[in-house]
Amino acid sequence: MTAYETVIGLEVHCELATASKMFCGCPNEFGDEPNTNVCAVCLGLPGSLPVLNAMAVEYALRVADALNLRVPERSVFSRKNYFYPDMPKNYQTSQYDEPITIDGWLEIDGVRVGITRAHLEEDTGKSQHVGVGGRIHDAEFSLVDYNRAGVPLLEIVSEPDIRSAEQAKRYVEELRATLLAVGVSDVKMEEGSLRIDANVSVRTPGSPEFGTRAEIKNLNSLRSLLRAIEYESDRQWSLTQAGEKVVQETRHWDEESGRTISGRSKEEAHDYRYFPEPDLVPVEPTQEMRERVRASMPELPAAQRARYIEQWGIGAEDARVLVDVPGLAAYAERAVAALPGDSGGSAKDVVNWVRQEVLAYINETGLSPAVLAPEMLAELVALVAAGTISRQQAKDVLAESLRDEKWPRTIVEERGIAQVSDEGAIADVIDRVLAANPNVAEEYRAGDEAAKKKKWGFLMGQVMRELKGRGNAQVINRILEQRVAGE
Amino acid sequence: MAERITRADVEHVAQLARLALSEEEIVSLSEELGAILDYAAQVSALDTHDVPPTAHPLPLVNVFRPDEARPGLPRDEVLAAAPSVQDKRFRVPRILGEEP
Ligand SMILES: [Zn+2]
Repeated sequence: MTAYETVIGLEVHCELATASKMFCGCPNEFGDEPNTNVCAVCLGLPGSLPVLNAMAVEYALRVADALNLRVPERSVFSRKNYFYPDMPKNYQTSQYDEPITIDGWLEIDGVRVGITRAHLEEDTGKSQHVGVGGRIHDAEFSLVDYNRAGVPLLEIVSEPDIRSAEQAKRYVEELRATLLAVGVSDVKMEEGSLRIDANVSVRTPGSPEFGTRAEIKNLNSLRSLLRAIEYESDRQWSLTQAGEKVVQETRHWDEESGRTISGRSKEEAHDYRYFPEPDLVPVEPTQEMRERVRASMPELPAAQRARYIEQWGIGAEDARVLVDVPGLAAYAERAVAALPGDSGGSAKDVVNWVRQEVLAYINETGLSPAVLAPEMLAELVALVAAGTISRQQAKDVLAESLRDEKWPRTIVEERGIAQVSDEGAIADVIDRVLAANPNVAEEYRAGDEAAKKKKWGFLMGQVMRELKGRGNAQVINRILEQRVAGE
Repeated sequence: MAERITRADVEHVAQLARLALSEEEIVSLSEELGAILDYAAQVSALDTHDVPPTAHPLPLVNVFRPDEARPGLPRDEVLAAAPSVQDKRFRVPRILGEEP
């Protein structure tokens, strides 16, 4: 139990996976050559006019359905004015007092985290600060690439309902899985598709009042999010304990030093003088637009996890991994569907292999599960269930199957490693071994613990030698048990 | 009559707009901005409680374009219009203060 309680609200900026930008037709592509996806509109050239991308609106409505948000009858765009070269227009088109969605929630491990609003806005360009150390304060000048300027963003603002760094991480994980499921974003944090600001304050547990909060920027991974919140809440609590005041300010997370650093914000930095964007007319989502979105909504992560837990008898953590890793659940579902009905293999077996070997392979190669053949995994599970190969052998076979896209049965045949599991054949061998060593069974039964172990090992060894090491150990054990110990 | 525009208001707005005003300009703008506000304040004499606030004179909503990408402008042309360019990017003066 810590001495204080952390209060966290998160602002998650999600880049929408549209083909074109929010207000112009420039391609929305990550990683293109600098300043190749720019036009008169996103460069803010005189006389150019923005026109709203219909898909950005549809994506916002999808998120509204997924996050239990209300869609007001009307929403408008506003200009957020500031002087900074990441926007060539000197303002960012955003939404202010009439956002497209409000008042929703997302459930995290049984707790509802309120969502104040999710509004549309355009992303900014990317600045590279050139000078000593590459840091903004030391920069001599900056170089700007406007490919990202005008890319549609949905800013999802939570209520201050989160109470720990770990819970904040879980919120982002659940949000990420949800955004991915509804198909509005690739949610790649490493490419900036999901960026997080955290509002953090501390207070004595049970206190009805909120402490003064700091807004931490630049959280571009779950690890940064965790570390930054832990660092910042400790820092604020130490200040309070020392009788000092927490200042309301913007702080930047510095990954290298593991600290949050004051943004040295000027007083008027947040004086954005919002006013309604005169070049864009209001958006009034129609019943028809909302119905169309509703009809095409996929199963949400929470429902999907519940289904796997119930139908496949797997654990909550297994279900979470399946749903959180893009493409993994679809792969597992196809593998389960491909299991022959009489194979004896279960969905749970499939999931075990997916969570261990398949996941390790994906992480190692960076491949999407979509390019793997789930039917091959199904065949492997069936081979293990039939006793044709052991679990240990199956690991090697699966590794080769994944790597070379080869059917497990083919690999087993090529390697000549099929196990002998046939009970009749194994019983014959056991009987031959016992006949050739008539005293061993007697010595086993009469012996103490150590002697028993030794004699059993001897018999196993003899049987395995007869079967050229390919006997199914489980079957041998069972029949030996009947023949030797059981009498 | 609207609230008076003070010297501090003018300085603040000028700072936000990155305008360097002379002493005379600050004085004259305080008066001129005050007059503009007085003019706009005439509206408050009307009963507007049935009139919804609007930012657009046109009775238009939901103007969309389909999500279709098309190539941007040629980069050389774009960069040729910039005062300073380096590494195919716009080169801008050192930025002081906070990132928005
Ligand atoms: Zn453009």
